[in-house]
Amino acid sequence: MSTGKRTKTSARKGGGRRTVRVQDRKKPVTKPISTNRADFLARAWIMEVEAAERYAMFADAMDEHNNREVAELFRKLARIEQLHADQLLEEDLSRRPPVLPSGGIRWDGGEAPETAAPGELHYRMQPYHALQIALACEKRANKFFADFASSATDAKVRSTAREMAAEEAGHARLIEDWLKRTPPPDKDWEHDPDPPVVSD
Amino acid sequence: MTTAAAAAPLTAQVFKADYKPIWCPGCGDYAVLSSFTKAFAMLELRPENIAVVSGIGCSSRIPAYTNCYGFHGVHGRALAAGTGLKIARPDLTVLVASGDGDGYSIGGNHFLHACRRNVDLTYVVMDNHVYGMTKGQPSPTTEPDWDSKLSPGGTGLRTFHPLVIALAAGANFIARAFSGDPNGTAQILAEAIRTPGFSFVEILSPCVTFRPEQRNWKNQVRPAPVAPTDDPARAARRIMTDDGFNIGVLYKGERKPYQPPIIKGTKRLADLEAEFTI
Repeated sequence: MSTGKRTKTSARKGGGRRTVRVQDRKKPVTKPISTNRADFLARAWIMEVEAAERYAMFADAMDEHNNREVAELFRKLARIEQLHADQLLEEDLSRRPPVLPSGGIRWDGGEAPETAAPGELHYRMQPYHALQIALACEKRANKFFADFASSATDAKVRSTAREMAAEEAGHARLIEDWLKRTPPPDKDWEHDPDPPVVSD
Repeated sequence: MTTAAAAAPLTAQVFKADYKPIWCPGCGDYAVLSSFTKAFAMLELRPENIAVVSGIGCSSRIPAYTNCYGFHGVHGRALAAGTGLKIARPDLTVLVASGDGDGYSIGGNHFLHACRRNVDLTYVVMDNHVYGMTKGQPSPTTEPDWDSKLSPGGTGLRTFHPLVIALAAGANFIARAFSGDPNGTAQILAEAIRTPGFSFVEILSPCVTFRPEQRNWKNQVRPAPVAPTDDPARAARRIMTDDGFNIGVLYKGERKPYQPPIIKGTKRLADLEAEFTI
């Protein structure tokens, strides 16, 4: 039970300085993984689907708050992830969505590695921030597949995981290039002249 | 609810309405919505067999965003409406959604008696320790030293402890979840729905606008280090001594749910109206 002894808390008046932080995920996969190829592909597919759904949710949230530029960027990222999911379905899963465990897949860190953490948005964030989030997701996905490639006991899984790790690394490089072409945010990007919190 | 949805595969997406949430970007309630829909899919429920009832506040907008039956009720009275619905339609899976202001202040009395009655429903409180919709007033779970323009120096008031109160009042299932872990929250919700009787799930759901420091909750929460217990005394000790960030099922009892016999048959509207004539 909380006894009111949590750290002293105070409201941030009118938009104090804060950066959009990209959440780190814990617990990398290191132990041997005994998964067959079908289970591995199911994981890979749902990972792409969940990433697409989260970006779509982000796009809706930014749309509702008239941050159209970022909304469009998230929408684009959602389309890209959905495309990856569809490709997997088409090329590796005989166009049949895999049957997942009834309780869902248990991921290290709670969510699939390519899914952006739900609390990473800010209503005044800029495309640069969105791309930083996407880059972190791609890097986590790359690491996830690379860990599988080095730890899976099944040779086919190792080989497929290696290919997927390479793909995700490619995506990360694309986003890094994209970031280079995107203006970094102004230092007062978070400043809202009419903030939602009481500031007078 | 669309008829197309009834025929569609039972993915979480099926349970999402076409209405887009208007919560602030980064608000924890988005993830709670996602946990609701994942739990429904996990349990292989059908949209037409679920009702989500709410009160007033940011979190209480959730029925509009789910593709099932919904009732956006009056402030603090969500549990009264949900209880009545479950008693009248025990075949429905009833979830009642609320926030810490709606549920513990305005609806505090209903909370006590809903726990006591132990009707088979799931009560979800999205707790962000603030009244968000009305622009940041302290709620019953706000820390006494929370300093803000609307509570300079803090209220100095002891916080309300919903899990302890739920246990003392007779809730049959008590859990705490965190919106930043939507899959874990979905698992807890599914277990709450499956467990007969009154299930209470407090979800820590940050308000990024009025309590931006709550973004750090993701670094504070941890899985409860113990398995659920059915011993109320043990549960009380656990809940009384944790710091509010232990996540998981904390108590799971075996009380028989309250369900009065259903009166068969229907009445004409005129007859019902006559019963209310003074």
